[in-house]
Amino acid sequence: MQIDDYNNAAVFSQFPVYGLNSAEKQAFLQQRLNWLTHHHATHCPEYARLLTCIGEVNSPMCNIEHIDQVPPVAARLFKDYGLKSIKDEEVFRLMRSSGTSGRQSQIYLDADSAKLQSQILVKTLQHWLGKQRRPMLIIDAKETMQNKNGMSARAAGLQGMSFFGRNHCYALDENMQLRIDEVKSFIEQYHNQQIFIFGFTFIVWQQFIQALQSLGLKFNLQQAILIHGGGWKKMQQQAVDDKTFKQQINAQLGDVSVHDYYGMVEQTGTIYMQCEHGHLHCPVWSDVVVRDINSLAQLKNGQQGLLQVNSALPTSYPGHSILTEDLAVIHGEDDCPCGRLGKYFTLHGRVPNSQVRGCSDTFS
Amino acid sequence: MTEINTDKLAEAFVSALAIDAAEVTDELAYSQHPKWDSTAHMVLVAEIEAAFDIMLDTDDIIDMSSFAKAKEIVAKY
Repeated sequence: MQIDDYNNAAVFSQFPVYGLNSAEKQAFLQQRLNWLTHHHATHCPEYARLLTCIGEVNSPMCNIEHIDQVPPVAARLFKDYGLKSIKDEEVFRLMRSSGTSGRQSQIYLDADSAKLQSQILVKTLQHWLGKQRRPMLIIDAKETMQNKNGMSARAAGLQGMSFFGRNHCYALDENMQLRIDEVKSFIEQYHNQQIFIFGFTFIVWQQFIQALQSLGLKFNLQQAILIHGGGWKKMQQQAVDDKTFKQQINAQLGDVSVHDYYGMVEQTGTIYMQCEHGHLHCPVWSDVVVRDINSLAQLKNGQQGLLQVNSALPTSYPGHSILTEDLAVIHGEDDCPCGRLGKYFTLHGRVPNSQVRGCSDTFS
Repeated sequence: MTEINTDKLAEAFVSALAIDAAEVTDELAYSQHPKWDSTAHMVLVAEIEAAFDIMLDTDDIIDMSSFAKAKEIVAKY
């Protein structure tokens, strides 16, 4: 591997999704993240000013020796400022977060970033779903996708996932009520195949699983997979945990492997998939750090704090290192019993007083 | 590489993207033409699959970034 390759998207996009160990990943991401820091400092004046506050672009903070040291940008700054490292005429797509109150994040993509994000998302999900597209049941309404006024995070999520399906069936109508006849005939037609079900956690729970329960409807799916994400806040309000969620899904739908995922519009394309052991996994293009809520000092594995997400992808906006408002615990690196390499972690809610903004949580 | 029915492929593009036949050239590219966006892309995939009775995989869908590329991909099947 040549150093230049670490900065060549055509090369690094081919890395095995969970196949680089800590030392190999450090070599790649250190080069790439340093390059991104300099790239954004050169092309985004607001970002350059932020860096100046911690000591100029040539300071050690901006030429890190370890990937844990990249200076993160607070997620909320993407709400307050139109941070971008491209010219206005290069903006190909504007993505917005799903926030329920206050301002939304605005993420500017050029054609190259949008393409790289799709490639990496596809690469990551192929690991879980295979390359063959499966009959897909989408637990949402077709109308969710049709807001032309800038793409919402929920629509972007649905859109990105729909690449993995075929013969798509939307399980909900425009009022988010179960389309029972369509769902029944879809499942009848494909019950022998490996159906792919996708939806946002709370919507899957309330509008699908609970609706099926109240109708007393059960299905007997074979080797289906459900991928869901978007936040647990509303689930916790109803005291539904991951285990209960999975049990109820299996009781209602049959043989379905259920995988939560974590991701955010600020780093679209990077997703953290939940393995069979309940851990969220960093793909090779991303890494996480947990920091103390007050001091922001880096915490050890097993300690709970603010999650920082580092990603090799963002070139059109300075989002390669973001301090989220999510609380997490890192459990280890390269040694999850599932065998995948990279850091793995679990989420533990949001910092008190932060806005509700998950795709799942903004639905009521 | 097998010869494919280019007319049939062009028809699929015209119908899925709602564009004129004259616009379907090798240079026609994803995200360059205003009507070929990510939503239209999935309609196009379904159209091509039905027209040629094939099933594209996820790599094909990502690679299919122009009419020229679509010809190559369909020819693989």
